Amino acid sequence: MTVLFWVLAVAAVASGAAVFAVGSMARATFALLASFLCVGGELLLAGLHYLGVLVVLMMIMEMLVMAVFMVMYMMNPAGLMPMSMVHNRRGALAVAGGTFAVLVAGIVAIPWPARRGGPPHDPAFALGQAIMGPKMLVMMVIGIAILATMIATVVLATRTGRYGEDGAR
Amino acid sequence: MTLQAFLLLAAALFCVGLYGALSQQSVVMLMMGLELMINGIVVAAAGFWHRVSPGAPDGQVLVLVAITVMALEMAMGFAVVTALFRTRDVDMTDDAGDLKG
Repeated sequence: MTVLFWVLAVAAVASGAAVFAVGSMARATFALLASFLCVGGELLLAGLHYLGVLVVLMMIMEMLVMAVFMVMYMMNPAGLMPMSMVHNRRGALAVAGGTFAVLVAGIVAIPWPARRGGPPHDPAFALGQAIMGPKMLVMMVIGIAILATMIATVVLATRTGRYGEDGAR
Repeated sequence: MTLQAFLLLAAALFCVGLYGALSQQSVVMLMMGLELMINGIVVAAAGFWHRVSPGAPDGQVLVLVAITVMALEMAMGFAVVTALFRTRDVDMTDDAGDLKG
């Protein structure tokens, strides 16, 4: 169990780093997908079967959509030429490294609370009871956010915009 | 699988994503960095649920919110890229610095 956890963890971080190291957008997309699949596996290991499968299925779809957008917008989707499109690489590395150092220091230094209670027999059932009961506000906000996003994306992405053909730009 | 192990993985994913979000010029690659950062949050929430209070559903609800945020972020990001690309033929962050202070 622990060995599998670390194997998946290293794979998740390595493929996450590969996203910004490989030479093509398509490979970057699939590296990101690999990272998400590893995280889905970690959720399964933690006993969150429903959420783990949800992450796996959703991320496969999301990355396929992303691959389509890659081909639409990028000048070099197939990676036929080596590419590097970064700005301020050193600054970004310094910020990311510094953040990681601070986070690790916090993780090691903070006395985390001990485990309280045991996992329910069926965590998915417990989650469903929570979002349809005491945590219903969360579910309602998520629902409205998804609806707002659907409307906003369509309005943004149509050619004519909000005010019809005459109001385009 | 201690809590520290989960949090270390989460911190590593978050910081790799942070590097990507700060350094990439392509808007789509920048969004990949943001997705990796949220990925780290998912791992941290799952770790807290598993190692601190598995009896309460709060950690699971947080994972659900993070996954939703991930999907919405990508949908909105692509809509903005589409609008930007349509009006100005721009797909790089450096060309879209109108709001730079």
